[in-house]
Amino acid sequence: MTKMEATRDGYGQALLELAENDKIVVLEADLGKSTKSLHFRKAHPERTVSCGIGEQNMLLVAAGMAASGYIPFASTFAIFTERAFEQMRNGVARPNLPVHLCGSHGGTHTGTDGSSAQSIEDLAIYRTLPNVTVIHPSDSVSTRILTKQLADSTSPSYMRTARNKTPVLYADAGDDVIQIGKGIELKDGKDVAIIACGVLVAEALKAADVLAEKGISATVVDMHTIKPIDSALIDVVAERCGALVTAEDHSIIGGLGGAVAEHLSTTNGTPLERVGVKDRFGESGQADEMLELMGLNAAHIVQAAEKSISRK
Amino acid sequence: MTTADELREVARKCRVHIVDMVYRAQAGHPGGSLSEIDLMTALYKTQLNVRPSEPKWEDRDRFILSKGHASPGMYAILAEMGFITVKDLESYRVLGGICQGHVDMKWCPGVDFSAGSLGMGLSFGMGTALAARLDGSNRQTYVMLGDGEIQEGSVWEAAMASAHHELGNLNVILDRNRIQNDDFCETQMRMFDIPAKWRAFGWNVMEIDGHDMEEIVEGLEFLAQSNDGPSILIAQTVKGKGISYMEDNPSFHGAAPNEEQYALAMKELGVSA
Ligand SMILES: Cc1ncc(C[n+]2csc(CCOP(=O)(O)OP(=O)(O)O)c2C)c(N)n1
Ligand SMILES: [Mg+2]
Repeated sequence: MTKMEATRDGYGQALLELAENDKIVVLEADLGKSTKSLHFRKAHPERTVSCGIGEQNMLLVAAGMAASGYIPFASTFAIFTERAFEQMRNGVARPNLPVHLCGSHGGTHTGTDGSSAQSIEDLAIYRTLPNVTVIHPSDSVSTRILTKQLADSTSPSYMRTARNKTPVLYADAGDDVIQIGKGIELKDGKDVAIIACGVLVAEALKAADVLAEKGISATVVDMHTIKPIDSALIDVVAERCGALVTAEDHSIIGGLGGAVAEHLSTTNGTPLERVGVKDRFGESGQADEMLELMGLNAAHIVQAAEKSISRK
Repeated sequence: MTTADELREVARKCRVHIVDMVYRAQAGHPGGSLSEIDLMTALYKTQLNVRPSEPKWEDRDRFILSKGHASPGMYAILAEMGFITVKDLESYRVLGGICQGHVDMKWCPGVDFSAGSLGMGLSFGMGTALAARLDGSNRQTYVMLGDGEIQEGSVWEAAMASAHHELGNLNVILDRNRIQNDDFCETQMRMFDIPAKWRAFGWNVMEIDGHDMEEIVEGLEFLAQSNDGPSILIAQTVKGKGISYMEDNPSFHGAAPNEEQYALAMKELGVSA
């Protein structure tokens, strides 16, 4: 059996491990039990700032601390980070302060809380901000490693984690394999390349198995860093496969699919099909029901792969 | 006139619905639903001018559950009022169901605001109150706020603006259950003198025990009578009220009872097995 863990647990673990650097501070907005910053809070209450239910304040408090030599990690649900978007834009990104914002419970996969809690636009909006690195890891191990790498960055970041458990893909991997800005080729095929992020990486791997049974050999890339996007790797897999699919639990507008499409528009044009939420809001449902309803699971990725190949 | 005893009986039935919904879904927010329900029962039964058979009637009073996670409480009273059926409650958090995880005006009859993000309902309520005034209607707007929720800065933008515009038709009920998501408010964010804050923002303020039906009815009458500016009823409540192990317990903000706990809850609510 594959081990299952939630990426938010990898985040919580990373904060604990980072704590030996006494410049690391954690900011919460009454969701520490959910984002998993609570472990840090329990171990280091003196370096944890409770901001109450006040996301806008939290972002700028973090900015002030970053400008004073601290390394703030601030978290809430992905959706509620968006309430502080302008604070992130004008107060964090513009002065290029190393504030690390983490939004947990991202995507429709978050489930029965319903559409108000299912952020499907976070990757898109943060990607538009100069200086901001945007990351959406696929498993708990890569989340832990990427979070720790962020602590060395001199620029701000946004990371989305997920609420529910997904397969652990990188059990023994380390910094050599997992690096900010470097996509990871999990499967090396020649007919189509599926570029995925977050909870859909596991779905992409399942899709590749289904495609293999049909005699189609698929590349699978875990594109955990949405910005800066690994355009060199996109070029390599586009050249090799001649057909692309992107897959994300996010709007098809502006996220991973948008980033890849923007890059392709500057090259000689490889067919691309985007699997994502088709310009609508979600609703209450279990994680797997949502992936089906929104057209995001392995079966839909398989269809998109066949369509992309047919456009070669 | 509905008597206090009748109101208490409706509230008891609502508590049964609340626990049923959260237990069936094995998810959701019982704590804040149980603390608000006595207030909402009395509001719907004694003050709110609405028509269950005509939920979109234009001149209805508006009720805005700003703390939209406490949706089981709202669905329960909507069922008891006849806006939806008791059967509809089974759709809570179920794919395609009208009882979405957070109350949503696009999905459920009788819901006037799509909530889920805290700190938005009072601004929306200011809008419906202004519209009523422009229409020359004396319909009222009632907004239910959580005590953790009022930590959001936007609440105070709306509080200041509503007093500036002298919105006598705008009324708030504050569910002061002293607990938010992670812990007690006292630990998460101290709010010091809450009544004094609202007074300083220009509001009429009354404090009541949010589980004493006679006091609640009196408090709602105060809201209805105060028309010189916006008014707030600060109701001291107990999170999880009515279920022993949920009372005053932060763990039941957003957690469902297990089988054994469910049985105990039903017993405490006077439901025979
Ligand atoms: C803007 C925003 N931030 C965070 C949350 C997550 N959240 C849901 S309920 C809750 C606690 C609410 O506490 P309170 O307002 O006191 O409600 P009650 O105790 O009545 O349940 C939090 C932080 C949210 N829904 N919206
Ligand atoms: Mg509360």
